[in-house]
Amino acid sequence: MKGGEITAQFRLPRLSYRVWKVWMRDRDVFMKTFRVNFIPPLLEPVLYLLAMGFGLGLFVQQIEGVSYVQFIAPSLVAISMMFNSFFECTYGSFVRMYYQKTFDAIIATPVNLEEVIAGELLWGATKSLINSSIVLGIVALFGLVSSPLALLIPPISFLVGLVFASIAMCFTSVAPNIDAFNYPQFLLITPMFLFSGTFFPITALPQLTQMIAQLFLPLTHAVSLTRSLILGRLEPSLLLSLAWLMVTTIVLFILSINLMKRRLIK
Amino acid sequence: MDALEPSVLIEAEGLTKKFGELKAVDGINFKVVKGECFGFLGPNGAGKTTTIKMVHCVLPLTSGRLYMAGKSVTEEAREIKSMIGVAPQEDNLDPDFTVQHNLLVYARYFDIPRDEATKRAEDLLKFLALDEKKNVIIEQLSAGMKRRLILARALLNEPQILILDEPTTGLDPQARHLIWEKIRSLKKRGVTVILTTHYMEEAAQLCDRIVIMDYGKIIEEGKPSELVKKHIGEEVLEVPNSEEVAEFLQSSSKDIRTEVVGEKIHVFTDEPKGVFTRILKKFPLKEAVIRDANLEDVFLKLTGRRLRE
Repeated sequence: MKGGEITAQFRLPRLSYRVWKVWMRDRDVFMKTFRVNFIPPLLEPVLYLLAMGFGLGLFVQQIEGVSYVQFIAPSLVAISMMFNSFFECTYGSFVRMYYQKTFDAIIATPVNLEEVIAGELLWGATKSLINSSIVLGIVALFGLVSSPLALLIPPISFLVGLVFASIAMCFTSVAPNIDAFNYPQFLLITPMFLFSGTFFPITALPQLTQMIAQLFLPLTHAVSLTRSLILGRLEPSLLLSLAWLMVTTIVLFILSINLMKRRLIK
Repeated sequence: MDALEPSVLIEAEGLTKKFGELKAVDGINFKVVKGECFGFLGPNGAGKTTTIKMVHCVLPLTSGRLYMAGKSVTEEAREIKSMIGVAPQEDNLDPDFTVQHNLLVYARYFDIPRDEATKRAEDLLKFLALDEKKNVIIEQLSAGMKRRLILARALLNEPQILILDEPTTGLDPQARHLIWEKIRSLKKRGVTVILTTHYMEEAAQLCDRIVIMDYGKIIEEGKPSELVKKHIGEEVLEVPNSEEVAEFLQSSSKDIRTEVVGEKIHVFTDEPKGVFTRILKKFPLKEAVIRDANLEDVFLKLTGRRLRE
């Protein structure tokens, strides 16, 4: 890419209320199959809580003043934000773009491609909100939520979802085929799942790795926000995490839309 | 605008589309008049679909100008898209929805209110004989039903211009005739139709005017019947291929054009009946026939018989 082409990738997209029409289409599909859609987010956290929290946790000492199960419960909420939005805008969007030609159908109407992609991203963020709220509910049922501040998690999950949806859409814009998503999954999502302060505190990591985790891994910020709100421990550093997420969202949201335009409009 | 002059609805000037070095559409000019059915014919890769995609504003032009009802496709894409209906070549229906839900979701993109959309969907399903399939999931529809539903979907916004990219490819004759009948009745209601097709019969049946494209250029345009008369004449003679017959044909008259097609020789001449009688006098050919010239003869004459892909 030449210099001019790079700046073109940050051009502001032309968006209108029509973004929501695309969002509504995805919502309609979700609602058609909601019985199947609700089972994984209900069951998965239960399995993790039982195996890792209550099983493995018996052999683990307290971390940051809480039991192991209390430590990982917020991580499960944050992880579900990442997984749901990331998979929605990689595999989900790719299927709609490539196999079902849904985007082609929509851009033949007054809706433009930028709005289609923005609608997809907002839907990815919504999936994060829906599923992480279910996980939060399960965690609460297990008695692992100790502060009413946890009610702030759903809006934050939308923001976190938007970051991961945008990252996902960047990969979708360059993926030659659907199997190509194995790479970001194993090189980005799985390491993040393990090393973002999810199952052990990032302070256990070497200094340099800690810095990398905080500078580049969105899940680190999502986990620390979620954990603080669930445990009711507010710290000034949370504002920094929030700001980091907001700035990253804006940049990647715009970038991913332009990259998709580059892929689809020749 | 002059009342006697038919009003031009679509106008392309020097329309060009390049993909890298490849000129898919190479500076073409055409005009489509309100209420007519205008056909794009051409071999695969001739540039038909690329042209159509520029017309419905999803492919930016490399150069040239393209106006739809006086609006520029580069400046006013949204306005244009709200007054046209598009039935693409490939099936891009929503597989997760029922027939009716497909239409309702699509109507939303045009800002058609829910009640109005429900009513239009019902009317269109009736019009395309799909009303009994209203609650069926897309994957259970036959290819012909899917094409009809795509046509119904293209009509939801009550378009002035209907764009059909190979509307009957892969359909059985029954389904094809039903679609033709619907296109004719839409034309009667004043809808302007633009279509691409590989089927010469389809073009001859439906189109008031056609253009034949090859290698991104328009190589001929006119009314189907006039093109047949101009390039081929009234009738074509088909005789079995043998050396003696070929020699006889060459020596018998100067203005004879022959073409060997498999086991047969196609004979194009100004006096087919005369040649026919002379041949039969000389050779006892049972399989010799004389038939009406058609658009396919024109098409093959202009674009050749070589396979394109």
